[in-house]
Amino acid sequence: MSIFTMPSLGADMESGKLAEWLVGPGDRLARGDIVAVVETQKGAIEIEIFESGEVVELIAAPGQTLPVGAPLARIRKPGEVEDETPEAAPEPEPAAPVTPPTPESAPSAPRPPSHGASGAPPGARAPGRVPSGALASPAAKARAAEVGLDLSDVPGSGPGGAVLLADVEAHAKASGKPAAKGKPGLDMAEMRRAIAAAMSRAKREIPHYYLSHRIDLQAAQDWLAATNAERSPDRRLLMGALLIRATVRALAKVPELNGRFEGGDYAPSDTINCGMAVAMRGGGLIAPAIMDAREKSLDDIMAAMRDLVARTRTGRLRNSEITQGTVTISSLGENGVDALFGVIYPPQVALVGFGSPRPAPVVHDGSVAARVCVTATLAADHRVSDGRRGATFLAEIDRLLQEPDTL
Amino acid sequence: MTPEDIRAAFIEDLTSVAPDIDPDTLEDDAHMQDDLGLDSMDFLNLVSALHKRFGLPIPESDYPELATTAKAVRYLGRALAG
Repeated sequence: MSIFTMPSLGADMESGKLAEWLVGPGDRLARGDIVAVVETQKGAIEIEIFESGEVVELIAAPGQTLPVGAPLARIRKPGEVEDETPEAAPEPEPAAPVTPPTPESAPSAPRPPSHGASGAPPGARAPGRVPSGALASPAAKARAAEVGLDLSDVPGSGPGGAVLLADVEAHAKASGKPAAKGKPGLDMAEMRRAIAAAMSRAKREIPHYYLSHRIDLQAAQDWLAATNAERSPDRRLLMGALLIRATVRALAKVPELNGRFEGGDYAPSDTINCGMAVAMRGGGLIAPAIMDAREKSLDDIMAAMRDLVARTRTGRLRNSEITQGTVTISSLGENGVDALFGVIYPPQVALVGFGSPRPAPVVHDGSVAARVCVTATLAADHRVSDGRRGATFLAEIDRLLQEPDTL
Repeated sequence: MTPEDIRAAFIEDLTSVAPDIDPDTLEDDAHMQDDLGLDSMDFLNLVSALHKRFGLPIPESDYPELATTAKAVRYLGRALAG
């Protein structure tokens, strides 16, 4: 028997709110299945399970805010017999010392009695603004507060007329309230606090060094325009996809920039999970990873970018995407400034920045010409690499972008 | 299609790409990137949605014609008539 616990979704996370179970007792799970949705400062995150087995019992109830490491469910491993004693839950990871715990992050109960996923657990903390007297599940209350519904207006279908999550969704739909405007569960103040914690840690612990290199993008720009001219809009590429593809390929030449520095040791990574900083409309940013980016073609990278940007802004990310990054790229896009000097996202050891591509006077074939250029920068961890290797890396990105048809 | 129909369709696609934009306060001369904050991915998603809805090719060279709601309505009207 094993205990499935509240996962850590980053060094900055102390607790998460279980929003929803997607499985129930008796369900058989394979490694990688999505079992629950947890709300964090990064919005609602889909939680994958990393072992196979069968759900025996759901311990935590939707709506509960629980610390990292708290038991969520009991899982029977394949081949196990009924009456085995459960293994002890792993020790909760120590919370990052940067931010004091808020009342919200205190465990609501050490081990609440088990109950069905849709029931209203007695004594569970009611998040958000709730009218007194309305009997409703925590998930329903949270959702109602989110969409601005008064719970007393919602007919309940649960025990004793309790309002369930499905009732709120149905009522919200019927009354024309937006089902999900923007990103569900996203709290901007919390996100700012999380960014502050991660970036403070980076600046405190990581000896950054910085390199900058201007790259002539005219060849890439011309190739992109010619390629897109033959494609319908849904199949067009963005320059950002070329920049990511070139960066991922250049990492093969300087692999020490791809990995994680944890517990005083650096571990290079065989796979490249390329984080991509995505700005949220309204402020803040999240850097989910394009998983196994090395194995992806240019078109695959573009498809992954589209999917990831959409899910970052309005949908759900998966926990692997926000915890397994091995390097991050931050790109200012079309309407920014010349260069971006990044702060490394711990425990990674490098952040690649791209300013806005724009025409600049450059020497090309012996004379000055106006050509589209971009400034590429590298912020890297001096515990792991040196400037000379960093320079090799940026020069390799430059070289690859001069031959866009081979990307 | 009347310009009003085109405008309504355009705003529907725009607000689906950027759900925080309020159609009631949207100004027809607001610039997609500079005023409404669309990035290149948002803009490409908008162009893709318009392509799907109207069946128009909308080449990249025409992107400046979609810079504001007012310009886009004129552009789409011309393209649909042509």
